[in-house]
Amino acid sequence: MPNVMLRNNAAGELIFYITKKDHEETVVALEHSGPGPWGGEIQLADGSRFYLEPFAQTPKLPLTVRVKRL
Amino acid sequence: MTMNRQETEQLIQEVLEVYPEATGKQRAKHLMANDPSLEKSNKCIVANKKALPGVMTARGCAYAGAKGVVWGPVKDVANISHGPVGCGQFSRAGRRNYVTGHSGVNVFTDMNFTSDFQEKDVVFGGDKKLAKLIAEIDTLFPLVKAITVQSECPIGLIGDDIEAVAKKSAKDIGKTVVPVRCEGFRGVSQSLGHHVANDSLRDWVLHGRDDDNSFESTPYDVAITGDYNIGGDAWSSRVLLEEIGLRVIAQWSGDGSIPEMQTTRHAKLNLLHCYRSMNYISRHLEEKYGIPYLEYNFFGPTQIAASLRKIAAFFDDTIKENAERVIARHQPMQDAIIAKYRPRLEGKRVMLFVGGLRPRHIIGAYEDLGMEIIGAGYEFAHNDDYDRTFKELQDGALIYDDATSFELESFVERLKPDLIGSGIKEKYVFHKMGIPFRQMHSWDYSGPYHGYDGFAIFARDMDMTINNPCWKNMQAPWKRASTEGLQLAA
Ligand code: SF4
Repeated sequence: MPNVMLRNNAAGELIFYITKKDHEETVVALEHSGPGPWGGEIQLADGSRFYLEPFAQTPKLPLTVRVKRL
Repeated sequence: MTMNRQETEQLIQEVLEVYPEATGKQRAKHLMANDPSLEKSNKCIVANKKALPGVMTARGCAYAGAKGVVWGPVKDVANISHGPVGCGQFSRAGRRNYVTGHSGVNVFTDMNFTSDFQEKDVVFGGDKKLAKLIAEIDTLFPLVKAITVQSECPIGLIGDDIEAVAKKSAKDIGKTVVPVRCEGFRGVSQSLGHHVANDSLRDWVLHGRDDDNSFESTPYDVAITGDYNIGGDAWSSRVLLEEIGLRVIAQWSGDGSIPEMQTTRHAKLNLLHCYRSMNYISRHLEEKYGIPYLEYNFFGPTQIAASLRKIAAFFDDTIKENAERVIARHQPMQDAIIAKYRPRLEGKRVMLFVGGLRPRHIIGAYEDLGMEIIGAGYEFAHNDDYDRTFKELQDGALIYDDATSFELESFVERLKPDLIGSGIKEKYVFHKMGIPFRQMHSWDYSGPYHGYDGFAIFARDMDMTINNPCWKNMQAPWKRASTEGLQLAA
């Protein structure tokens, strides 16, 4: 269950940052991306996948969340 | 001679041959030939890993990163080097992070406070001594705004509870007391110390004025982070930002102060120079206070102009116009500098080996002078730094992560650069090899190098070093191969 920070970069892409590892990766697919629920399965550019308990609404970014490695 | 990727790979293989097999295999992962088309570095280079036993690394410790780099330049703070006296004394006042003010009144960066551990403190614990020391500092220097406890190795080993002491002392003296868990043995390099220090700023300092709204902010307030004012760097950056109409309300941490840090939350934009050492707090400022951060680069006119435009784009048209005006005003002066020095430096080949930012940031300044970077490496960068490096470096350039002294020397012997930019530990080795050298941590007692004013000094220094007549006299006259010496004698 790593702690990660989600933020939008200047180009508007969603960035996934694993705090502990100083590792930044672009999110290529997000299961629920609003409006409505936001979260679910996250696919990163390097192929790895994580699960984020969906929020009811699109949250305000940046935001630190806990995710599960899939 | 510019090498292509195959030749660079070949060179890496040849240098690695000397190592035992296992070591060679490990080190191979830290060396590569640059490919500017790469986006991500995690597949091609390993970084931020423990140095191998038996090699000589240039890295420092977490205490150096926290006390020396991040906390050290904050001027109104007394930093206690908690533990034996040496760590603090040997690192004292060596970094040239300039400040304004009066020593002992509102500046404490030039002093060494230490708990001077003795055997009995290690055996019985040093918490009592620490509490006494904090009270003593408060008596002797009542204008100190905060006191930090920078742990040296023994503190973690004997398990002292500096957090408890800090909390209690803070109540007693009515000031911020920050425990920093930066024992030297933590992590693989000073980089963890930066992180620990950032976290301590976040947890113990940053929110100090959250319910005080007396600060009058303007729409043009910005903060500078990751500038340690080496030789005055932050000042030569600050004047440019002010010239385009922005107001710098905080400097992290060169010539910075605790109140500034606590009012940073009023900034509209956070300008991040050294990403490696302060991205942590910048991310936090963005998350907690909604202040976006922008990485910028104030080395060399090309990068400065690009950065000023990038910064101005965040603000209204007046700022944008101001930026254009400022760039136009400085351009002729910069052109004159380039016209003077470029002919003397054109085509010179440079190798860099510095901390975690400059090997990529300063490339533009060298290129403005017509010089070429043939090799670059970091002491303690992480993969996100290499992600940002590939695009800046030319194709086929050699990249070395945490290069050992053997590797660096072998690369230099083979590549024969015209200039090396690295630290004090490397300097005299390369001087003795007869190669011009500049210290790129401390600007070799010169500086500033940031900003337009800094570029003038940078260009002069590079010329002064490379074209110094001494390099022609590296050989004793009687050993000279040419007959010139003989004729003179005859
Ligand atoms: S490694 Fe430990 S003993 Fe050495 S300088 Fe760092 S804190 Fe001090």
